[in-house]
Amino acid sequence: MTPAVNTAQNGPPSPQVASGSGRALIEGAGLIEIESLHKAFDREVVLRGIDLSIDRGESLVIVGQSGSGKSVLLKCILGLAKPESGRILFRGRPLQGENRTEFLDQFGMLFQGGALFDSLTVWQNVAFRLLRGKNRKRGSEARAIAIEKLHRVGLEADVADRYPAELSGGMQKRVGLARAIGADPAVIFFDEPTTGLDPVRANVINALIRDIVDELGATAVTITHDMSSVRAIAHRVAMIHDGIIGWSGPVDSMDQSGNPQMEAFLNGGLSAARTD
Amino acid sequence: MGQRAPIPAGPVASTKASLVSMRGPLGIGFLLAAIGRSTLAAIRSIGRISIFAVIAVSHVLRPPFFFRELSQQLLAIGFLSLPVVGLTALFTGGALALQIYAGGARFNAESVVPALVAIGIVRELGPVIGGLMVAGRVSASIAAEIGTMRVTEQIDALETLSTDPIKYLVVPRLLAGVITMPCLTFIGDTVGILGGFLVGTQRLGFNAAAYIQNTWNFLEVDDVTSSLVKAAVFGFIIAIMGCYHGHRSERGAKGVGRAATNAVVTASVLIFTANYLLTETFFSA
Repeated sequence: MTPAVNTAQNGPPSPQVASGSGRALIEGAGLIEIESLHKAFDREVVLRGIDLSIDRGESLVIVGQSGSGKSVLLKCILGLAKPESGRILFRGRPLQGENRTEFLDQFGMLFQGGALFDSLTVWQNVAFRLLRGKNRKRGSEARAIAIEKLHRVGLEADVADRYPAELSGGMQKRVGLARAIGADPAVIFFDEPTTGLDPVRANVINALIRDIVDELGATAVTITHDMSSVRAIAHRVAMIHDGIIGWSGPVDSMDQSGNPQMEAFLNGGLSAARTD
Repeated sequence: MGQRAPIPAGPVASTKASLVSMRGPLGIGFLLAAIGRSTLAAIRSIGRISIFAVIAVSHVLRPPFFFRELSQQLLAIGFLSLPVVGLTALFTGGALALQIYAGGARFNAESVVPALVAIGIVRELGPVIGGLMVAGRVSASIAAEIGTMRVTEQIDALETLSTDPIKYLVVPRLLAGVITMPCLTFIGDTVGILGGFLVGTQRLGFNAAAYIQNTWNFLEVDDVTSSLVKAAVFGFIIAIMGCYHGHRSERGAKGVGRAATNAVVTASVLIFTANYLLTETFFSA
């Protein structure tokens, strides 16, 4: 099934839009460009040709129903999963070898479950890259930076010496966020940042993400199906449906997308729409 | 396709029918296919484990080195295994002394107890029993830890933080296993001989000085060397099995549990296999 495609571009980042062959291809001087990305697990095809451009300084939110391939796309970008075909370019160069290392050094990632290292204290988690990377810092200096980042996400210094297992889910998310911004990255990825949090805490995390991304001037790529997150942090929204980008456009035009899958997703009735 | 014979009713007749079916073309084909599948799966596993081991070893000498993680693993694998290795060696040495005394009495050869306890413990029981105890304690623990890290995306997080999981997780455990197992075995050998000495002198009436003298006279440098080499190989097996199964752990508590079980079982089987091969190498001819 080929979904209807509708694209619109008039948000903060304004790349050119081209559509054809039932897909939306957003062209421009993207920081990260994804071209015709295919990924399958055994016989199950998850991504059927993703074309997407992510511009410097924009906050792109990728939405889609569970199992649509959002996380797989993110893993492909990060090099954690190898696509069958297609290209991912970072600053116009393929994400392989040295270029991938350069890319990894410039981004931060907030995982869905936090993915904090159990055996390390909170500050060691936050300062992980600072303690080991090529721009390694002394322990005391790294700790000071970690505590500053913890403050930035609303945590007091007294959590610095605790272990992740001693923290609540919301606090773990904040520590994960502090780790993601630990080395002042140029690109930050957020995988389901509000999953498992109550609405109040989810709003706090959304606000933190929005403020921090603006403050750092970073490019943000978020994967979520939480529409309150989308509205809070997105400049632009891309929807994955049936393994391709089914719709993409500024967050403001999301409600008038004219795309049946997007509308069904917004109304929480995607499954009903598919049945029809 | 051949026609199946009608299956008579009743449990005895049913069993007989299934045996007949096993002998028939369909049954043999099914059996051969099952054997073939298991063999292919085993070969695939051996291949994967070998590749994993080669990759891990190739990272040992290449920077960056994670000394803090290595010291933590030396403590976790080595120091914390001391009680379990020491206690099992102590009782094994004591039991061995009793067995050799009872067996030797049949040939009026009770005096061989000190020598045979020493040789038996150092050449064979010390490294093997120590290896099995550490496999049970450490292999499972490594597999569970790395498996949990895998399913909670901590390994993905390591990669995104520009840290190679093989270097950060596998190499320190591998080095710690290879370094600490000989130390543990040396201590286990000593404690095992002490167990034999205690039983020999307190229970079997041996003279303490004569027991020590006999032990010392019969034990050779090659015995100790073989024990330590075996231990280093077992340490490698224990660590690599724990890391491999943890790394390939499936999602969920069941997946992690299965990884831990597989790590212990394969490590134990490989320890026995390696023990035989090393014994052939050291002591044949």
